[in-house]
Order: sequence, then structure tokens, then C-alpha cells
Amino acid sequence: MSAADKGAAGVGAVHSLWTTAAPVADKIPAPHIEYAQLSPVLIVFGVAMVGILLEAFLPRRSRYTAQLVLSVVGLAAAFAAVVALAEKGYGTTKAHVAAMGAVAVDGPALFLQGTILLVALVAVFTFAERRLDPKAHGNHVDSFAAQGSAVPGGDQEKAAVRAGFTTTEVFPLLLFAVGGMLVFPAANDLLTLFVALEVFSLPLYILCALARRNRLMSQEAAVKYFLLGAFSSAFLLFGIALLYGYSGTVTYGGISSVIDGTAPMTPALADSTGNDALLLIGVAMVAMGLLFKVGAVPFHMWTPDVYQGAPTPVTGFMAAATKVAAFGALLRLLYVVLPGMRWDWRPVMWGVAILTMLVGAIIAVTQTDVKRLLAYSSVAHAGFILAGVIATTPDGVSSVLFYLGAYSFVTLGAFAVVTLVRDASGEATHLSRWAGLGRRSPLVAAVFAVFLLAFAGIPLTSGFAGKFAVFKAAAQGGAMPLVIVGVISSAIAAFFYIRVIVLMFFSEPKPDGPSVAVPSPLTSTAIAIGVAVTLVLGLAPQYFLDLADKAGVFVR
Amino acid sequence: MENLIGLLVASPLLGAGILLTGGKRLDRVGHWLGTLLALVSFALGVALFANMLGKDADDRGLHSHLFTWVPVGGFRADVGFQLDQLSMTFVLLITGVGTLIHIYSIGYMEHDERRRRFFGYLNLFLAAMLLLVLADNYFLLYAGWEGVGLASYLLIGFWQHKPSAATAAKKAFLVNRVGDIGLSVGIMLMFTTFGSFAFADILPKAQEASTTQHATVTGIGFMLLLAACGKSAQVPLQSWLGDAMEGPTPVSALIHAATMVTAGVYLITRSGAIFNAAPDAQTAVVTVGAVTLLFGAIVGCAKDDIKKALAGSTMSQIGYMIMAAGLGPIGYVFAIMHLVTHGFFKAGLFLGAGSVMHGMNDEVDMRRYGGLRKYMPVTFVTFGLGYLAIIGFPGLSGFFSKDKIIEAAFAKGGTEGWILGCCALLGAAITAFYMTRVMIMTFFGEKRWVPDADGHEPHPHESPSSMTIPMIILAFGSVLAGGLFSINSSFVKWLEPVTGHSEGDSPVSAGTVTAGTMVALVIGVGIAWAMYARRSVPAVAPRGSLLTRAARRDLLQDDFNHVVLVRGGEHLTRSLVYLDHSLVDGVVNGTAASVGGLSGRLRKLQNGYVRSYAVSMLGGSAVLVAATLLMRAV
Repeated sequence: MSAADKGAAGVGAVHSLWTTAAPVADKIPAPHIEYAQLSPVLIVFGVAMVGILLEAFLPRRSRYTAQLVLSVVGLAAAFAAVVALAEKGYGTTKAHVAAMGAVAVDGPALFLQGTILLVALVAVFTFAERRLDPKAHGNHVDSFAAQGSAVPGGDQEKAAVRAGFTTTEVFPLLLFAVGGMLVFPAANDLLTLFVALEVFSLPLYILCALARRNRLMSQEAAVKYFLLGAFSSAFLLFGIALLYGYSGTVTYGGISSVIDGTAPMTPALADSTGNDALLLIGVAMVAMGLLFKVGAVPFHMWTPDVYQGAPTPVTGFMAAATKVAAFGALLRLLYVVLPGMRWDWRPVMWGVAILTMLVGAIIAVTQTDVKRLLAYSSVAHAGFILAGVIATTPDGVSSVLFYLGAYSFVTLGAFAVVTLVRDASGEATHLSRWAGLGRRSPLVAAVFAVFLLAFAGIPLTSGFAGKFAVFKAAAQGGAMPLVIVGVISSAIAAFFYIRVIVLMFFSEPKPDGPSVAVPSPLTSTAIAIGVAVTLVLGLAPQYFLDLADKAGVFVR
Repeated sequence: MENLIGLLVASPLLGAGILLTGGKRLDRVGHWLGTLLALVSFALGVALFANMLGKDADDRGLHSHLFTWVPVGGFRADVGFQLDQLSMTFVLLITGVGTLIHIYSIGYMEHDERRRRFFGYLNLFLAAMLLLVLADNYFLLYAGWEGVGLASYLLIGFWQHKPSAATAAKKAFLVNRVGDIGLSVGIMLMFTTFGSFAFADILPKAQEASTTQHATVTGIGFMLLLAACGKSAQVPLQSWLGDAMEGPTPVSALIHAATMVTAGVYLITRSGAIFNAAPDAQTAVVTVGAVTLLFGAIVGCAKDDIKKALAGSTMSQIGYMIMAAGLGPIGYVFAIMHLVTHGFFKAGLFLGAGSVMHGMNDEVDMRRYGGLRKYMPVTFVTFGLGYLAIIGFPGLSGFFSKDKIIEAAFAKGGTEGWILGCCALLGAAITAFYMTRVMIMTFFGEKRWVPDADGHEPHPHESPSSMTIPMIILAFGSVLAGGLFSINSSFVKWLEPVTGHSEGDSPVSAGTVTAGTMVALVIGVGIAWAMYARRSVPAVAPRGSLLTRAARRDLLQDDFNHVVLVRGGEHLTRSLVYLDHSLVDGVVNGTAASVGGLSGRLRKLQNGYVRSYAVSMLGGSAVLVAATLLMRAV
């Protein structure tokens, strides 16, 4: 620290804030990074980088295989690293905060990272599917635009299609998003949280724009997502600034101890520290940034448009993984930073949860497009999960963890099925086109019915086990009215899920109805995994509930 | 020895399984297989009986625990058997009479193409009935109880191509359900009161429990009585028995005379400890018994259908048993004794009736019989012996058992004893009347035969030996059983360790009662003789008095049920349907419509413009911030 800085300390509060916030030290210490504990994240980012290099140096025709193998191996390795960390006890006894307080390595983080990695692994399979569309000019095509930069319908695009280009960049993009998502629920200070948010959001914006069919709609979706995402990020960032102003720190533990009144006062921040207005407004804004990502009402309006416009594999991945990551971050924020002021945020969250459940379920009733239907269903599910979040009990955490694991595989599987039902113009997503599907393709319809029943929370599916767990936790946490609203919304939601089943099995098939494409083993595997997880978690949930229970303690 | 008890049930159950799933291949041997397995069961019963006789009177109970059926926390239901003197009596009656009726059915059902199935059902019935009397707990007893109900339903409706048979089966099933509800509620009450289903846990504690939970124990008693009323066709659940005669006659003999309908008597006797501890329930039991014994007898007087006349008689005789069982320790032994002798003579009478029908082109109207004694001598003699037994002719079975019940009724003491005793005596007189009427109309007088619907003249002939031999054996039972039981009070001593016994305190001597019974008998027979033997029997029934006409309609029981229950039920359902349509559907559809409407309006907010989405987010966060601040403020 130079004399000039010391002199400036007296000039003004803002200035002094800048200089005194960083501890006065003779030299900046080299950061201490626990590489082993961060290995899942590092592996994913490393593989993503390699993927970029592959794009640059490999010839076009070998990129697809290389990217696919690399992504699968990378994600599997990262998952193995998560399991290894959990085995070593980082989820329970050895949980601690790594990377100079930036990243938590604890039960919820590892559980959610594992879930995200598995979801991503399955999503890679759906990304890599190339058998659904007929060959274009002798080349296999996937769900993504031949050349992202080409103008839709333009000559350049046609040339790209003719040349058999494919956007294999989706794999590194996916991996970057996954990397950000891994950090998001583990972020232990607000800046890491923000950086992680941007790291996983930006690749998603791009991925949304890359649909091969309906490119205009896809690009519109991406732009909407980007604009609204940026808007919400601004709120989040503003909230972070206010919280810093309130506590003089961005670490979760630090803010928490200021709220509890156990932290020593920083003299330079005496004017603003402990100013509850800053705290309350800051909390509301940070929460809003996270609620946007989970798709809670009234920050949900992007979901139907984006879910519909994005390439369906991306929609599936986004709907599953983003929700897991964002709820993880929300849980950590509420349980680690804000337990001291739960009497302030709980009623507000109650309102958000009730609105989310009801609005999601009610609007879904009149939807006619299966992707939009699933989007509103995801809104309603965000409300159910919020009910568990609000419980603020250990059971609340574990039930939310379980719900996220269960829900993400159902979602992924359901969207994978949507990619199969096609007609000449691509996926036939209008519900009227699905009439009588059960008669023409009983297996596909039955699989979709399983997912719908799981969404509806019918016993023997994972949806029931998850819903039961969160409602039980909420009821025990004293949120009985929330549970009642939840059950009512579930009843409303059951209507539109069952309606699709009725449509598929009890309506006459249309003569010119869509056909079900025969997928490659990739999508089949993804769907099979979805069904298997749905049924296993529904029939024998206890092992996983116990696992979530063990993983349910946050490090502080 | 214990292991044989399970085999006792398993043997006919195996038969039912084989016969009902074996298909047409077994058509030629099915009836032999069914009969053989019934006989095996009987042989096992005899072996167990011999073994039991070899032991001391107080040490005769056998117990066999097979497995725990439903182990759920504190709820435990076992499959276990208990063979004591009471069960033993039933086992011998069920398998003995059952085997005879199997043999009889070989001849009787000879021309029925579904004979194999018939024997399958009969075996099923035997298995269920044995389960009922051998169960060592109420839960398993209930399984047997439902099993015999099922077998009864299947057999009443065996000729399901006849609408009357199908309807009768349905009626029997439905009325029995009412009784079954009583049993299940009773069992539930027992479980909540005693924490177990086992006889061994419940019965010894009944007296003790009645001091603290008197109302509950009385309630259990009433529920068991309701169950007994359903199964044993007692007033007010008696209406099904007459229609049940639509079933093949061997079924009427086995199920609706000798065994299943006496299950109610078994239930009350087995649960004696509960009734002893609940005097109000006991009073209800004797009332039901006394009313039914008169009710059945009066109905029996008016029927021209031979089987329905016998059905009325069955109802009446079971009324005697129920009344005796309701008398408590004075009567249990005699209830069972009458049950056994009745099993013999009533089964014999039904088989005789079946034999007559067999020879008369399945004609059941006694006004079209007459003078059959010359044509069917064996049937005449065996039926006649059964007739003498049931009216209580001195020296025959019915004389001993019925006389004891009448004595026991008087021995109840007080006004109650007098009323019951007089009812029983009156019943004896009416029994003598209607049975004599049946006897005369069938076997004596001039021929009143008419051709059947297809124009075939009846050619009455004696039935084949497979039918007459069981009748002869049962006739021996009708003649001898009562006497054997009464020598040295052997039956009382046999059952006493299980049911207990006390002599009571009769205001009239045994001799007086016997004399009274004789007088009643003579009066009944005399009137019948005067009415039906001295005069010729008209081929068409005369209009008759009001009582006669009512009795022909089963004392208006169906009319009562129709007006009160059916019409009442219809009104209730109609109003519920109305309520459902107007209120429930209104609410449901209204909710759905409003959700749909709301949905339609809310989705308009989703207009696709990113600017309005942003506005809603801005507004949302403003509300969020305001709400958070407000929460702190309040």
C-alpha cells in the first residue's frame, strides 16, 4: 500500500471503501487453490478448451466423432471426480470452502454437480443424434443449424447445407455451460456467483439460436433470452452491490455474520453497514436474479418462448440442468447467507411460490404446443420446488435435492421424446398432431405417458416421491397453506398431463399425422435412462432420499 | 396329528383347484375325483376323531399354526387351525354329509354337462366350510365365511341359464353381504378392543372386558348376531333362503339345510364367551331365534313347492338352534346337538325331495304329486323316517334334540322362559302340521300328476342306487343319532369342555315338557291329517285365509324389503344423483371452466414482446423489493 492510498483514505467514504476493503498487507499472497477439490469443474473447462482447439485444427468430417467422444469422456471423468470427492468425505465430514473462500465443496454442491454432470452426459447423447431427419445432400444432419452465422434461408446457408456442414461447436458450448453450472450452486461468494451465472448463460443463449429448422423462431428465442437474461443479471449485480454496501464483504459467510451481528464492524463502512434497507433491497434483487433462472413467476415469461424456439435437445438440457444449478444457488443463498433474516424473506418467497405453482399450472391448461406445455409445466414445478426451499429445514434441503435429481431426468426424457415425433417440416409439436399416437407408436406414447405421469406426480414414478418429499418438508416447516396450494395446483396440472395421455391413446389417429422417427442408439439411450431413473426413483426412492439426506448440509 | 388338520382343508381345496382349472379332459373322472377327495377329508376327520376320543376330555384340543398371513406392525393375522370337540363335531358333519351328497350328486347330476364344475364348486364349499369351523381366529374364520358365501352363490346360480336361478343367487349374495358387514365390523371391534383376532386372546377376556367396555362387547355381540342372521337365514335377513332352492337339490341339502346355514349357530356358540358377557345381545339372539322358528314354520305351512316348504322348515329349525344358543350355557350343547341331528334328517328330506323330483320330471309342486309311496318305496321309507325325526316322534333323533331345546327354553326361567318355551312348543305343533302336510301331499292320496311343459307324462320310478344309498345312510342317522347322543348324556359330556353347560332351573319338569311336546305333535299331525288326508287335495291352491296368502308370499318379507329398502334406496340414490349432477358436477365443472377461463386470460399476458416481459420482470422485482421491505416494517 502506497502513501497515496493511505492519504486518500480520509477523502471520502467511497474512496476509503475501495482502499480499506482490501486488507492492508505488505504483499499480495499467491492464491491458494485446492486443485483436487475443484477437479470436476477444472476437467469440464479443460475439456471445453480442448474442444475449441479441435474445432480449430481437426478436419470437418472427423470433428463430430471427436467432439462426441471428448465430451462424453470429459463429463464421465468429471462425474468420477465428483464421486471420488464424495467418497473421500467432502460431502459430509471434510466439507469446506475452497479457492480462498470462493467455492464451497460440500454435500449439496457435490450432489448437484453430480446431477448436472449426469444430465449433461445424457444431453450430449441427444445433441449428437443425427438419424431423425432424412439425409440432406447425402449427409447426416442433427438438430443444429449447418452454419450458425448464416442468414436463415440465405444462399450461404444453402451452401453450408449442401456442403454438409454441422455446428459441432455445440459440444464445447455445452461443456462451458456445464462448467458454469457446476460452479453456480457451489459459489460461496457473490462475485463467483455472478461470474458462474454469466459463464453458463452465454453459451446457452448461443445454443438457443442454433436450431436447424425454424431458425427465425430459434433466433428470436435466443435474443429474447439474451435480453431478459442480461436484464436480470443487472438486477443481480445491483443486488450484489447493495449487499456489499450493507456488509462490506461479498463472501457468504461474511454477509451472514454481519446479518447475525457477530462480525466485527469495518470502521470505514460504518455509514452503511447494518443499514437494513440495503440488505433487504439487495436480497430481493439477488433473489430476483436467481428466480429468473429457475423460471419463477413473475420472472418466468421467457420460458415458453425460449423452450419453444430453442432446438429441442437444448431445451431439454436447459430445462433440466439450469433448474438444478439455479435452485442450488438459491438454496445456498437462502440457507447460508440469509438464515438470520428468514422471517423477512420467507413470506415473500411464499407469495412467489404460490404464484408460480398456480400461474404455471393454470396457463398450461390452454396450451396447444407440447413444448410450451412442458415449459409451463416446468414453471409449475419450479413452484413445487420452491415450496421445499422455503421449508428451511434439513429435510427441505434434501427433498429439494431429490426433487431436482428426479425432475431433471423426467424433463430430459420428455423433450427427447418430443424430438422423435416428426413430420415433413420437422418436429410436430402441436398437440393436435399427437392425437392417436398411442395407436400408431404404442411404445413411444407409453414412454411419454410415463414421463407425463411422473410430471403429474402419480405414485410409482419419481415425480410422486419427489413431490411427496417437498410437500412433507414444507408441511413440517410450517408451510401448510403452501402445501394445500401445491396440491391444488397439482390437481390442475394433472388435467393437462392426463389430457395428453387421453389424446395419445383415446383419439383417432389423423390420416396425415406425424410419424415417429426411429432414433439412433444415442437418443434411445437417453430416453431409456430417463425412463429407468423415473421408475427406479419411483419404486425404490429410499436409497436416493438417504443420499440426499446425507448430502443436505451446507458448509458455512 | 396336528398336521392332518391342514390336510383336512387342503384335500377338497385341491379338488376344487383341479376340477375348476382342469378343463374338459377331466369331465369323465371329475365327479369321482371330487367325491374321492371329499371321502379323504372324511377319513381324515374320522382318524382325528378316533385320536381325540383316546384323550382326556379336557385335553382334546389340537392346535396347528401354519404361517402368519398378514404381519403388519401390531396387526397380525395367522393361518392356524384349532380342532376341539366343537370343531370336530362340525368336521364330521360336514365331511360325512358332504361325502354322501357328493355320491348322491353323481347320480343326480348325471345328465348335466357341467357336472365337473358342479363337483368343483362342491369341493370348494367343503374346503371353505372346513376352514370356517377349523380357524383358530376370527380373521381366518372370515375367510371361510366368505368362501362358503361364494360357493353358495355359485351353486344357487349353477343353472344360470334360468333367470330365476341367476336372480336367486344374486339375492342370496346381496343379503349375505349385509350379514358379512356385521361380521367384519364385529371383527374390527374385537381387534380394537382386544388387540388380536385369535379366539384364545379374545374369548377368555370377554368377561373382563365387559366390565370396562360393556357397550363395545354388546356391540360385538350384536354384530355377530347380524352375521349369523345373514348366513343362517334368520329374521330379518331370511329372505334369500326360499329363493336359494333354485339351486340343484343336492346343494339345497348340503349347503342350505345341513351345513352352511348352520354357520351362524357355530359362530354364536364359538363366541359364547362374548354373548355370556353381553346379556342384551343374548336377549336379541333368543328373540331372533324364537321369531324365526315361528316365521319359518308358518311359511312352511303355506308352500306348495316341496323344496320351499322344506326351506321354511330349515329356517324354523335353525331358529330353534339360534334360540338355544342364545340361552347361554343352558343351550349351547343342545343347539349343536339339534344342528347335527337336523343335518341328518333335513339332508335326508332334501335328498328325498330331489329323488321325487328326479322321478317326476323335475316337478316341484306337491299338488301335482300324490300316491308316490308305491312307486318310490325307498324314497318313501327314508323320507318317512326323516319326517318322523323332524316332527319329534319319540325315539327318533329330532325327539331328543328338540325336546332338550324346549326344556332349556323353559329352564331360562322367569317370564322369558315361559314365552320362549311356549313359542318352542307352538313351533313343534306347526312343524308337525306342515311336515305331515308335505308327507301326505307327496306320498299319499290320489295321483294328481300332470304332464310337464313338453307334454311328457311323468313315470315315477325309484332313483338309482347312487342316490338311494346316501338317503338310506342319512335315514339311519335320522333314526339313531339322537338316541346315541342322549345315552348317558354322551353328547353333553363331549361338548361341555368347550361350550360349558348348566342345567338351568326349569319351572316345569322334563316329563311335563315331553308330554307337552307329544300333545303338540299329535295336534299338529291331527289337523294336517284332517285337512289333507280326509279331504282330497285340490290341484289348484284355494285362495286361503289372509294369513295363508301372506305366508305364501313368505309373510310379505319381499314386499317389505321392496317397499322399505328397494324403494327407499331408489329414492336415496335418485336424490344423490340429483345432488351429484346439480351440486358436485356444478362445482367441478364450474371450477374447471373458471380455471380454463383464467388460463385463457392469463396466456394473453404472454404476448411475445420482449419489452412487456421486461416490464413484468421490473414490476415483479419492484413488488419483491416492496414486499421484502414491508415484511420488515410489519
